[in-house]
Amino acid sequence: MIEIIGVHKSFNDHKVLDSIDLKIEKGKTKVIIGRSGCGKSVLLKHMVGILEPDEGTVKIEGVVINKLKEKELNKMRMKIGMLFQGGALFDSLTVAQNVGFVLEEHTDTDKDAVRERVKEALSLVGLQAIEDLMPSELSGGMKKRVALARAICMRPEIILYDEPTTGVDPITADAINDLIREMQNKLRITSVVVTHDMTSAYKVADQIAMLYQGKIIAEGTPEEIKNSNNQIVKQFVTGAAYGPITETEHLVFGHLK
Amino acid sequence: MRYFFELLGEKSAVLFDYIGGVFRLFTDTLLYSFKPPFKGDRILQQSQRIGVDSLFIVSIVAVFTGIILALQTAYQMQMLSSEIYIANIVALSLVRELGPVLTALIVAGRSGAGITAEIGTMTVTEQVDALYTLGSNPVKYLVVPKFLSLITMLPILTLYADLVGIFGGYFIGVHRLGITSNMYLTLTFEALAFKDLFSGLLKAFVFGIIISIVGCFEGLRSSGGAEGVGKATTTSVVISFVSIIAADCLLTFIFYVLGQ
Repeated sequence: MIEIIGVHKSFNDHKVLDSIDLKIEKGKTKVIIGRSGCGKSVLLKHMVGILEPDEGTVKIEGVVINKLKEKELNKMRMKIGMLFQGGALFDSLTVAQNVGFVLEEHTDTDKDAVRERVKEALSLVGLQAIEDLMPSELSGGMKKRVALARAICMRPEIILYDEPTTGVDPITADAINDLIREMQNKLRITSVVVTHDMTSAYKVADQIAMLYQGKIIAEGTPEEIKNSNNQIVKQFVTGAAYGPITETEHLVFGHLK
Repeated sequence: MRYFFELLGEKSAVLFDYIGGVFRLFTDTLLYSFKPPFKGDRILQQSQRIGVDSLFIVSIVAVFTGIILALQTAYQMQMLSSEIYIANIVALSLVRELGPVLTALIVAGRSGAGITAEIGTMTVTEQVDALYTLGSNPVKYLVVPKFLSLITMLPILTLYADLVGIFGGYFIGVHRLGITSNMYLTLTFEALAFKDLFSGLLKAFVFGIIISIVGCFEGLRSSGGAEGVGKATTTSVVISFVSIIAADCLLTFIFYVLGQ
């Protein structure tokens, strides 16, 4: 279980997270939705200890991770896989070296076993015979899937997905959604998905939470969020240009002849 | 007036913040250098890039510097009929000063910029964050191999530059100024004492620290995409150049005082 309790975070006087409370049950998938730049990725980075909260605590399996020493935090991170928005594959390493990075760096697993695990992780994301390619030789969708293979290679208990379907074609996006569901159903992995793709959110979520102006303004099942009476949530999930979210943005449309 | 002091305070805070950040990275790097696991292959790979791949450009600059030094010294010495001192001046200037400084400036421009661009790109594309999530500390994984390679390869490159530069001076001395080969070599090696070589190599060692730490620090604090990486790379080269010259001035002064 992941617990976020009263987390505040600011960057140069700009408050990004304002007293966030969130709970993600073990084996469940929680989707965090919100506009670009609203702090979803910042929240996700708190869950893996890349960022430390200014105030509040982040607990994983009851352990406060923002108080851990580096060695213990790294041990905890071995239980967490993270898929970054752009993949964040290491440019100087091959696909196999990327996927097997943790096994090579932090375990005594022999080379043949690493190769097997890499192959298995790649086949789980539907990729074969690309072990020796460099990241620069892959398409955007492939990069994302390789990054996912890297995240699952250590057989983590938790996977954090930062915009897993952004920048990929609809078919690959649907395949990634299926994969996220499969991870949960078959392996009982706890997942947190940050996205603004509502198709993906409805498909993979057990629970959806909406982040707006640094606060969680709504939380519920996909059905509850879809039928929410909150005008902000309504505007976001329907993708309407006009509404309370864009009220102050003075959007100008309809002046082209 | 108030505005002036506010601005001064603001700029001083930025400067001290920067210096503090550089020193923190330096101490972290020292700490992680002695922490296992030790990955020799990564250090060798960096040494190849920083050291072996710089040999050609260092050779060209060193040989021309030796030639220029010999010719400029000859211009003065011929007036005093003291051409015999050309070998001493070329050797001492190269070993104590020009060898370490010019080699460091070449490496800062070539490898220091490369280090910042590489780490900067990794930072803005979240590869550095990915390292954290995969249980690897970026200082240990990225900075330590570059640091260890630079502090070993820069003195070696400097020694090589000294030899090539002396050869440049030898070429002019023997083929243009009529000094015999034996005489030139004897004068060169008589002029050089161990402390000259030591001071030059110690300078190179310090410059290696400066280039690696400034290069990595600028890379790790990059932000704002390709433009940010470009700015960080420029800043890294400028700060390395200025720091190398400033450190050279300080070290030369210390050696001068100690030599009295």
